[in-house]
Amino acid sequence: MDELGVVPVASLRHERRIAADADIVWGVVRRPESIPDWFPGIVSCTVEGNRRVITTAIGLEIPEEILSNDDALRHFAYRITAPQYSFHLGVIDVFHIAPGDSLCVYSTTAMPDTLALLIAGGTLGALDEIQRLAEMSRVAS
Amino acid sequence: MSRKILFITTDQQRYDTVGANGGTLSRTPVLDRLAGEGIRYERAQPTSVVCMPSRASMLTGQFPSTHGAWMNGVPLAINAPSVAETLHDAGYATALIGKAHFEPFMDPFGLYAENSLANLGIPTIEQDWFDGRRGVHRGFDYLEFATHGVMGALHYAKWMREQHPDAIRGFYQVVDADLNVNAAGGGDTNAPQVKYNAVPREWYHTDWVADRTIRWLEEQGPDRDWFCWMSFPDPHHPWDPPKSEVGRVPWRDVPLPENYPQRASERESLLDQKARHWRLWYGGRLVSNYEAPAKWVPATMTGDQVREVNALNAVEVELIDEAIGRVLASIERKGWGDDVDVIFTSDHGELQGDFGLLFKGPYHVDGLMRLPLIWRPARTTALTPCVVHAPVSLVSLAATFLEIAGQSVPTWVEGAALPIDNDDASRRSFDATFTEWDSSIFGVDVHVRTVVTDDYLYTEYQPGTVHDGSEGELYVLSEDPLQRVNRFDDPAMAAVRASLAEQLAAHESRPGDRATPGVLMAPV
Repeated sequence: MDELGVVPVASLRHERRIAADADIVWGVVRRPESIPDWFPGIVSCTVEGNRRVITTAIGLEIPEEILSNDDALRHFAYRITAPQYSFHLGVIDVFHIAPGDSLCVYSTTAMPDTLALLIAGGTLGALDEIQRLAEMSRVAS
Repeated sequence: MSRKILFITTDQQRYDTVGANGGTLSRTPVLDRLAGEGIRYERAQPTSVVCMPSRASMLTGQFPSTHGAWMNGVPLAINAPSVAETLHDAGYATALIGKAHFEPFMDPFGLYAENSLANLGIPTIEQDWFDGRRGVHRGFDYLEFATHGVMGALHYAKWMREQHPDAIRGFYQVVDADLNVNAAGGGDTNAPQVKYNAVPREWYHTDWVADRTIRWLEEQGPDRDWFCWMSFPDPHHPWDPPKSEVGRVPWRDVPLPENYPQRASERESLLDQKARHWRLWYGGRLVSNYEAPAKWVPATMTGDQVREVNALNAVEVELIDEAIGRVLASIERKGWGDDVDVIFTSDHGELQGDFGLLFKGPYHVDGLMRLPLIWRPARTTALTPCVVHAPVSLVSLAATFLEIAGQSVPTWVEGAALPIDNDDASRRSFDATFTEWDSSIFGVDVHVRTVVTDDYLYTEYQPGTVHDGSEGELYVLSEDPLQRVNRFDDPAMAAVRASLAEQLAAHESRPGDRATPGVLMAPV
């Protein structure tokens, strides 16, 4: 917080062009309970309704609220609800480019800004895994 | 059997904090003795004035623009070259005990081995190596980590949580609720990052690092060659040494630094001679980097705060000196006293009140760039003790370790082994060192290149958020050892400036393969 009482917000967006149909990419991420499969460092999670609690590799338990999970738009949005974080919004969008060609965008908006940097760093690895799983799935199919 | 290597680093320690270098505030008899028996370098420079790029250069023998860990928070590629791998291949037992920081410390997902090993409870893990093989993490078969205080998932923090949980609250809280470097004051003067810590000395991380090093050394067979990097987190802020030790250096008796002008107008006049980000930070109008508290304004710092910070810094330096003495005694007890090379240095310096500033950042002056460097060769070498005057760089450490071990130096190493005396320095043309700064965080970009020669310290600022590429600094070291008079725009220095600019350009265009610059994953 600065002298005016303003806490800086940061938005960071990472994206990946993936050689797979958008529906295949969306299939990797659409199930909330699948996150340990594609987000490196998240080792387990529990999901009840729109509440998800993830556990990271260093033992952190982070509660989240799922805000949107839209198959038609291929849009997933969630926020961290742990009280020590002022604000967080994570959004995954999968866009159709062409058959066998899609764009996955993972954006993080958070306050304080340092938190956005920390989480967005993790989303880079997540995009690697989403790409690997989607392209592997494309080959398998 | 080859020569064994004890590599000792501290964090953020200035040249003038060591008695052998003329320091008077802290007593450092152990380092002074090593210097007297070995080689003391009068102008040792880092490749970067922040931890991660500088430490990565020690490990790889490469400049940050080559190894790719270009700022704090950018991990060194897991398959970057490592001198520890080469020593491991040569049969050395390899250990790193204390602060590593090749990988981001702020790591909520535990993506990096430095942050996951303590929980895994194993001495190392297998990773990809530079040459395509897999092997122990960065070439170390034993790793035990500590950093400043008791934060994070490192071994020391875990040990404190399990063994001495009640003592944890004695430490200064390094990061505030906004995950920024904490600006909160403490001590008698309300100086930032200061706290009198109730932790007993024997539980403090300095003694813990020494204790764990001694334990590892005791486990090595008598004929085993070893390379041990003992890495103390201090005297980096926070300045929260054990309260029981604070009386060693009463802060009210500490003189103000020679380079701390007492009148604000004089400080501001000096800062106005430098590139514009100096004064902007001093006045709280620009936070150019993460490493200093974002909510602290240097102009508010009082002389007494400088005295108290420097007193506590000196206490931490003394504790380190005594811890090194214990480790050296254990080496003597093992019968290795004549066979061990000891090299001591720090990753970068600390402003400690110079120009009215504290902490570190893109400020390439001696406070941050002139480092203690002592090499006490194994006594079996019978090398003559000396003082080397030529500028040398920490990029030379990797090649030095390899030469000690009798290994050929791989082509990926950029720095030649340290000179053993002035004739050697002259013969091998140790006449310039290069320091790099690149940062890009929260909308502020800063890019700095510096060359230091026997006579000059020359800095160019590349285009960034507050620099247009025309700024620079040029100091004549013999006339201006405190770097107060910027001669960059002095027409009388035009030829000197052109020559130094050529040296920087040659550094920038030097041959060799460069790693793809890493991605910023965290602020530190």
